[in-house]
Amino acid sequence: MIFITVGTDLPFDRLVKVVDAWAGETGRTDVFAQIGEGGWRPEHIAWSEFLQPPEFREKFQAARVVISHAGMGTILTALNHGKPILVMPKRASLREHRNEHQLATAHHMMRIAGVNVAFDEGELRARLDDLDSLVSGSRIGAHASDSLIRGLRGFIHGETRPS
Amino acid sequence: MKRERKKILAIASGGGHWVQLLRLRPAFDGCDVVYATVREGYRGDVGGAEFRVIPDSNRWNKLALLRCALGVMWLVLRERPDVVISTGAAPGFFGVRFGKWFGARVIWVDSVANAEELSMSGRKAGGFVDLWVTQWQHLAGADGPKFFGSVI
Repeated sequence: MIFITVGTDLPFDRLVKVVDAWAGETGRTDVFAQIGEGGWRPEHIAWSEFLQPPEFREKFQAARVVISHAGMGTILTALNHGKPILVMPKRASLREHRNEHQLATAHHMMRIAGVNVAFDEGELRARLDDLDSLVSGSRIGAHASDSLIRGLRGFIHGETRPS
Repeated sequence: MKRERKKILAIASGGGHWVQLLRLRPAFDGCDVVYATVREGYRGDVGGAEFRVIPDSNRWNKLALLRCALGVMWLVLRERPDVVISTGAAPGFFGVRFGKWFGARVIWVDSVANAEELSMSGRKAGGFVDLWVTQWQHLAGADGPKFFGSVI
């Protein structure tokens, strides 16, 4: 199954339209998309505006590959589940997000194995044709880096109050 | 009266902020933790831990923002945490803001999504939090946030 998710904030019609057209052309029927509230309605793929967290987890686990906005929650979840992910950044200039941080996220995260980036619709369409060849990188654990955990723990248990 | 175990309020909005907050859980070992976020559906993520739902908000909708602020203020007053920690965004900002006013030591961990500049909430929180953290080394500095590592 191919699972599409665009996050809980704004819809991401540019991404959904490309995948929907591709599914129509190729006859793929194993695609499910979470499209956001008020998003453009797909014609060829199953969809839902929003998924409750348990449904989201279920779809995620069932997915062979995940296609999404460049949101860190989805990327971290994909890495944790060992699922290959293809992301396209939402653009503030197109009113898809509040600022351009997803561009930065995409640039930084594409260095990690298993995270694939399409920066626009053309790149996304090209990547869809070899979607089945995408493989995941090594799974990440359930927790943050040891150094971050240690830094926070040291502060939490420290008695001294920084100024 | 001093509690034997520290009480932590760990608060974040949904989506990536919540996913990142959960990845910090081992830092709370040995403490009593109350988790707070904006959707009931996330309750299953924290096992048997204390879990509270607060009104959602974003900074575009002023009324929702006010409702969120009041909800978080009530939560902080009721729970009286020793430490408040947040990964963002608006609800987490209110958590550390009110936490600080009501005597808690407060921690802001800016989202790993902010790789080129701190979030707006993160910049504002920097003015008063006790521990200010970025997940990107190049954003850390003597007058800025600290860097320890990231949620990955």
